[in-house]
Amino acid sequence: MAQAAVTPASAALPRVNPLLPAFTLWWREIVRFYRQPARVVGVIISPLLFWVVIGAGFGTSLQLQSTGQGNYLNYFFPGALIMIVLFTSIFTMMSVIEDRNQGFLLSVMVAPVHRSGIVLGKVLGGTTLSAIQGLLFLIFAPVIGIHIGLEQLLLVVLIVFLVAFSLTALGFAIAWRMESTQGFHAIINLFLIPLWLLSGALFPISGASRWIKWLMEINPLTYGLDALQLVLFPETHPPTTLALLPSIAVLTAFTAVVFFAGFLIVNRRSTLPAA
Amino acid sequence: MATTLQNSITTNVHREAASIIQIENVGHSYGRRAALNGVSFDVRPGEIFGLLGPNGSGKTTLFRILSTLMLPGSGRALIAGFDAASQPDEVRRRIGVVFQAQSIDIKLTAAENLWHQGHLYGLRGPLLQERIAEMLQRVGLSDRAKEKVQTFSGGMQRRVELAKGLMHRPSVLLLDEPTTGLDPGARRDLWLYLQELRNQERVSIIITTHLMEEAERCDRLAILSSGQIVALGTPAELRSEIGGDVILLEAEQPESLASRIEQRFQTKAQVLDNRIRMERRDGHKFVTDLAEAFPGEIQSLSISKPTLEDVFIRRTGHRFWTEQEQQEEQK
Repeated sequence: MAQAAVTPASAALPRVNPLLPAFTLWWREIVRFYRQPARVVGVIISPLLFWVVIGAGFGTSLQLQSTGQGNYLNYFFPGALIMIVLFTSIFTMMSVIEDRNQGFLLSVMVAPVHRSGIVLGKVLGGTTLSAIQGLLFLIFAPVIGIHIGLEQLLLVVLIVFLVAFSLTALGFAIAWRMESTQGFHAIINLFLIPLWLLSGALFPISGASRWIKWLMEINPLTYGLDALQLVLFPETHPPTTLALLPSIAVLTAFTAVVFFAGFLIVNRRSTLPAA
Repeated sequence: MATTLQNSITTNVHREAASIIQIENVGHSYGRRAALNGVSFDVRPGEIFGLLGPNGSGKTTLFRILSTLMLPGSGRALIAGFDAASQPDEVRRRIGVVFQAQSIDIKLTAAENLWHQGHLYGLRGPLLQERIAEMLQRVGLSDRAKEKVQTFSGGMQRRVELAKGLMHRPSVLLLDEPTTGLDPGARRDLWLYLQELRNQERVSIIITTHLMEEAERCDRLAILSSGQIVALGTPAELRSEIGGDVILLEAEQPESLASRIEQRFQTKAQVLDNRIRMERRDGHKFVTDLAEAFPGEIQSLSISKPTLEDVFIRRTGHRFWTEQEQQEEQK
């Protein structure tokens, strides 16, 4: 009997470190972003517009006692920041659907890449873009009298990163099985607005009715907002559900859960066509 | 893991020694619709193996299974001894895949596309730069490296696609209808690259196609119809089984003429698309006999050497394109 010409032992190929594919997918996301000038302009202009129009409008027509800050504009600042991050994070993951329709995803799926590397790269790409956009919004903080020290800034960056990462991962998990961006829009709109409204961004949890309060307590975004309130207004912040560190812990746990869900969805192989 | 590996080594030795791909009794269905039914064949190292079949014959399903994108419903596919279902990463390391659909990013340059692709396969640093330059040179795009792919012609984009699939020097290259949408010149170029690759680096190539003239260029091929292999061999072997010439004849009443021809010459005359089709040795003599036997009834008459389509007709009883059209109607 002749020896087999090709045996598995003959070709010990090096394993691929999952960080390299993750890096390359992340970088591609960034490059594709800055090559589309319309998106770059949108990122800078939209927070400004948002702040001026909505914030000023609400600020003069509403005075909430229970916010504990007298000025609604102040109360609304972290909520607006969260909203910017929320929308940008989830919608950056439309690129998953584009990648699938344009065929790029196929070539990633047949590469010897640990599936966690694929999720990490795509999600970090979206996270970077939305976190930058959220942090740009901080430029307006001094305008309403919020002065941020270095320690505060680092905490804000951490919180914004966690919120952005978890929401991008959520967008990724939803987008993975979607075939059209229209379908994605439809699903996202179902819970994007409630998610934001029930985070305490518009009204504080302390004044809410019982069942709304309950919904707000199970909304992970609430803890992102709480954490931001605590950092930005250490003296005058409205009542929050948890203290700073527990809030960040809840946020971190949520991030881990959504990331793992994304990984499981991508890692699943079946007798149906993948990608 | 260890046991599976052991098994595949044993299987390897017991089967035909030098095959790099072994497809064993692979079956697959989408819901109720069966797409593949008991398909088995081997591919040898350094050969161009064609999968010829009309749309809907199961080519793409088989391609998805081989490229680890989908698990087979039954049976197994081994590449270099590794099971595409249970050891996908080992298989992925060894295969280069060129999809029918475009997979390059047209917003990026040719070099950037290859740069990302290299990273996906663990290449980096100077080695990666070297490989990018080498691949671009091989497909004749060195001078366009820094231009965005969206400015390229269809043929050039296909070449980037091929370079992408070859970045990690795979021992097996899988191509799904790679010449779709290419003009004849670009199509010929692509085939030259493939042949060069086979000759110089002994890369084993599996290529799916629905074009007869492409199938003719393969070293060996399997003809698929309705999820089954209906013929397997070199193009010459397959054609030689027809044993003679193919005669096509047009007439006013093909059915009646066909049965009279059958009676008179004791030969099989099949009516396909209103034409009578016969396979005969020494066709040129038979044609004269026919014309004399049925004067005035024959409108036109042609005689030709058998093609792969004739093989397909002989094995399935119907025409290649008819099946394709039927499949499209079903969709």
